[in-house]
Amino acid sequence: MAEAVRPQKTRTVQLPILDSLLWLIRIAAILAVVWGSWVSISSGRLTGQQWRNLIVFGVSQGSVYALIALGYTMVYGVLRFINFAHGEVFMLGGMTAYFVTDGLSRTGLWLSQPWLSLFIALVASMIVSTLVAVGLERVAYRPLRGKPRLIPFITAIGASFFLQYATGGLFGVAFKSLPNSEALAGSVRFAGIQVVKPQLVVIITAILMMIGLYLLVEKTKAGRAMRAVAEDAETAALMGVNVNRTISLVFAVGGAMAGAAGMLFAVVFGQIFFFSGFVPGIKAFTAAVLGGIGNIPGAMVGGLTLGLVESLGPSLVLTGLGVRAAHQLKDMFAFLVLVMVLIFRPTGILGERLAEERT
Amino acid sequence: MAKVTGPSAKAEVSSKRELFPARPVDLRRAVKVGLSSGAAAVFVAAAGIVAKPRLGDIHIVDGVVFGYLILFAIPAILGHVAAKPPPQLEGFEATRPGPRNVLAGVIAGVLTGAALALFLLVAGNINLRPVLSNVSPPLIEKLSFGQSLGVAALILLGSGTALGLAGGALHLVPPLWRRAVFGGLVWVFAIGLLEDFFDEVLGNMGAGYVADFLYQRGGGLASVGGLLVFALFAALYAYLGHRKISVRTLVDRVPEDQRRGARLLIGAILLVLLLLVPQILGRFYSHTANVAGIFLLMALGLNIVVGLAGLLDLGYVAFFAVGSYTAAVFTSPGSPAFAPELTFFAALPAVVLAAAIAGILVGTPVLRMRGDYLAIVTLGFGEITRLIVLSDWAAPVFGAARGIRQVPNITIPAVGFEIVDPQHLFYVILVFLAFAVYASYALQDSRMGRAWMAIREDETVAEAMGVNVVAAKLWAFIIGAVFASLGGALYATQIGSVFPHGFAVIVSITVLVVIITGGLASVPGVILGSLVLVALPEILRQFEEYRFLIYGALLIFMMLNRPEGFIPSRRRMEELHEEEVGQDVWLRTQQERQSTEAG
Amino acid sequence: MAILEIKDLSRAFGGVKAIDELDMHVESGEIVSVIGPNGAGKTTLFNLITGLLPTDGGEIVLDERNIVGLRPSQILALGIARTFQNVRLFPEMTVRENVMVAQHCRTRAGVIPAILRLNRREEAQIRKKAEETLAFFGSRLIGYRFDQTAISLSYANRRRLEIARAMASDPRIVLLDEPTAGMNPRETQEMTDLIGRLRDERKYTIVVIEHDMRVVKGVSDRVVALDYGKKIADGTYEEVAHNDRVIEAYLGRKAVAEA
Repeated sequence: MAEAVRPQKTRTVQLPILDSLLWLIRIAAILAVVWGSWVSISSGRLTGQQWRNLIVFGVSQGSVYALIALGYTMVYGVLRFINFAHGEVFMLGGMTAYFVTDGLSRTGLWLSQPWLSLFIALVASMIVSTLVAVGLERVAYRPLRGKPRLIPFITAIGASFFLQYATGGLFGVAFKSLPNSEALAGSVRFAGIQVVKPQLVVIITAILMMIGLYLLVEKTKAGRAMRAVAEDAETAALMGVNVNRTISLVFAVGGAMAGAAGMLFAVVFGQIFFFSGFVPGIKAFTAAVLGGIGNIPGAMVGGLTLGLVESLGPSLVLTGLGVRAAHQLKDMFAFLVLVMVLIFRPTGILGERLAEERT
Repeated sequence: MAKVTGPSAKAEVSSKRELFPARPVDLRRAVKVGLSSGAAAVFVAAAGIVAKPRLGDIHIVDGVVFGYLILFAIPAILGHVAAKPPPQLEGFEATRPGPRNVLAGVIAGVLTGAALALFLLVAGNINLRPVLSNVSPPLIEKLSFGQSLGVAALILLGSGTALGLAGGALHLVPPLWRRAVFGGLVWVFAIGLLEDFFDEVLGNMGAGYVADFLYQRGGGLASVGGLLVFALFAALYAYLGHRKISVRTLVDRVPEDQRRGARLLIGAILLVLLLLVPQILGRFYSHTANVAGIFLLMALGLNIVVGLAGLLDLGYVAFFAVGSYTAAVFTSPGSPAFAPELTFFAALPAVVLAAAIAGILVGTPVLRMRGDYLAIVTLGFGEITRLIVLSDWAAPVFGAARGIRQVPNITIPAVGFEIVDPQHLFYVILVFLAFAVYASYALQDSRMGRAWMAIREDETVAEAMGVNVVAAKLWAFIIGAVFASLGGALYATQIGSVFPHGFAVIVSITVLVVIITGGLASVPGVILGSLVLVALPEILRQFEEYRFLIYGALLIFMMLNRPEGFIPSRRRMEELHEEEVGQDVWLRTQQERQSTEAG
Repeated sequence: MAILEIKDLSRAFGGVKAIDELDMHVESGEIVSVIGPNGAGKTTLFNLITGLLPTDGGEIVLDERNIVGLRPSQILALGIARTFQNVRLFPEMTVRENVMVAQHCRTRAGVIPAILRLNRREEAQIRKKAEETLAFFGSRLIGYRFDQTAISLSYANRRRLEIARAMASDPRIVLLDEPTAGMNPRETQEMTDLIGRLRDERKYTIVVIEHDMRVVKGVSDRVVALDYGKKIADGTYEEVAHNDRVIEAYLGRKAVAEA
């Protein structure tokens, strides 16, 4: 039953149309950024000091994102899995900071030893977040290892909402305001720039945490195990690496970083509530993708970049384009960055892993 | 693990029992279950479910309140779970229920009781309220049963143990009776909890006297009513279980050539029932049904995107918003910038068009992304949409936080009948739903439906087998967007206004929970999902605070235990239980081989 | 007349040249076996021909038309279908649906006709053709098997289904990637016969990657041997099997020297 082969109409055009469309978006985005920035800067609406403030704010915000992004990126590195609930791990760190500082403010320690008190809060936040992250992996993710990729991801979405509303149910849904700390009042002149103290604390703590992480990953045996599992879990297991323990450790380290970030976030903004983890979580994920997911230095670079883009972007670009009340669109700007990065450079700034990579 | 043979090779393998000994109930697992059970019980208490006014004291059956019931159901149910025999492997002897089951139940019960007792002792002596805002004096009071803390702790421990024991001992009861008892209890609970609902419904059906008989006014089921309900349903389950009747066997019993006729008959009966629904439900509950219907419309759309095409869209609410806002702009006289004041149906083409454009706008950039990345980017699009309609920048068109008011009611064209009553709106929604269900089935078995499934299964191979992946994905987004936008338009006219805060990410998550719990790619599953997960919380307003907590827990539970959903599409079940099917296939091929070799 | 002509084709992964300035051709109606040691670039060649991988350079000419740069679906539409080394079916779809999908590019009913049920005639045709194609394999894939999911099939049946899927797209050239891998001797013999039937009854031109030399011997009109992405021999089975470079590629230089 040989069939005569019908001549085919071929449509060679689809891909070029899509590609040219994407190019068009790319050019439009670049033009908008350049034009908006030029108008903003030439109008001189903001003074030099205001720009510097925005930069410092961006850097401190970016350090928080970078700390959270580390957890996303490390977990992605070993499991190829987006831990959607990581934002909640961060939020629980902030919650812990609230309860600890609130408790300490009833004692004399808060006034007599403000730095020590903050340090206690930091450590407590890191411990709680670490426990939550490790527990989450143990209960919700480990049984699903090796299942189709979307199954653990949907579980993570469930875990995210469960943790949010469990926090709301247990601790109340109201905003929680942290007590004021003497130590954080005022500002410091630093390299010719006036920096308010909380932001300085955030930046310095974040730098210290990242140095610690770097040492852990690059210089210790546990760090080597992590890198080995990230490279190839099966081979690592054959080489005698305890994969389960290493993955737990990755979650623990990621959780500790997120806990620290939560504490810093709560200190800078002075308040936290059960939904505080959602938006920073997504933004930190954006930062991880921006830097190249699975890549630890990438998370740091991505965090800082996103912090700066978000802080400067609306004033620089959107105001220049004549958008009213541009600061309202700050979050939107961050999401747009995410979309743009994933469309045009899914490997991120430093990354070599592809977003399109298959399981 | 089973030891295969003993060391003494001489010992003849006399029976199956020695070769494949039954696996005993795992007591270490029972301890684990007990610990989680304790944590769950303390959580339920501390989260305020037990003692919140209007929640903890809903009467279920004569004097039994919801708070205690839920608290003490935990050791009983988890005691039962802890005592569950381990899964049976092919060829192994079945585990006989025995004292070990009871012991496992007791372990879980003791641990639960102990956790609660400990919690009570701590909370009774230290004021936990600054941290755990729901650990209130009424809660302590409830947990201590009017006794001193020490005595109350002993009571908690004792009752936990007793209930765990009961749960474990239930394994000793033949499965048929076990199911009957469970079925009866669940229905007593449901009918007691939904007193207001059943009262209204029975009243509307002209059977108010039934409600009067069953219920004590405002106090749940009366003892007699409760017993009657229990007996009725237990008997029903026992009968069905005894005769081995289920939906599937009923379907199979109808001869092949009469199936079509039977299906038509059932369809007709269903239609008549559906037409009566608003009368039965009354005004208030019709409104609830409408909300559930709108969500169902969205869920059917998302089911095409996620269930068929496998594109996990977390920003689905964006299309709902597009539908709502387009409808509002085109129909409302209160639309700030552009107000053509069309009728609802005249505005529908604009709604569909806007949705299609939005579908393409969201779909195009994500064409090359896979899985979880796609999810996060669509989530981003959802938030971008919300932030735009909320912003002052777009206020001249969308009214920012003030939204758009005065969205008119639907007027039926030609007749000129204006739909004011939710009971009438129900029919309009029903028409949309009928269309959506019909279209879902039609698409599933079409060329495009197969292309979607192929992309879901393996995108590369789909492309290599000639599927135009770009077009197929865009169509999935467009169809999903159109369904959601119709839901949005209906929502706008039902509420009479649109506000940005109605379009938060939680809407997307709700719809996702509905389709995953119901059963991905399964239309009946999606329908059941929206009835249970949207309508029920709307009826039980007292649970509003815990709604998303339950959704989250449900997602985790489903993924861990039943990823194919409650009414799975048949294929999905096989895919996700591949190993079991693999076993079956292995057995079958062995049999085939034997028979061919023999023949 | 050469139906498929490959000129100067190259493709590298990192620094490794998987296909290196390869020239080869396939005549209409012949069965060509591609052999070579592991890593010789055989599967890469198929991926390049079917558009699953972009080329680094060179031409792939199908009927005087360069198909480099077309999308896989377009190449299928032009008449080149394939199977995969590690059987890639649509596991959750039924046997029949798997075959129906392959007719996607030969049919046209879109979303709106489907909703309006204007696609009934075409659907019936697609279905009929799928069932006829499955019947090519005797009784193995028909009857109750139509509605079974692909994943529930035995391994050999999965391979057969994959071939049926390729057949349903009305190809002129079928690329079979190790069709007998993992099969027992009886199944292998059956597959060898089947490849012959595909050419004789269906008039396909067939290119097959194969490791089993008995199969190669049994089916091939011509054998092409690859090593390090280059063609090292081209001719009848006898010629290629006794070619020194081929023996060298399989056994190593030393073995040849000793022989």
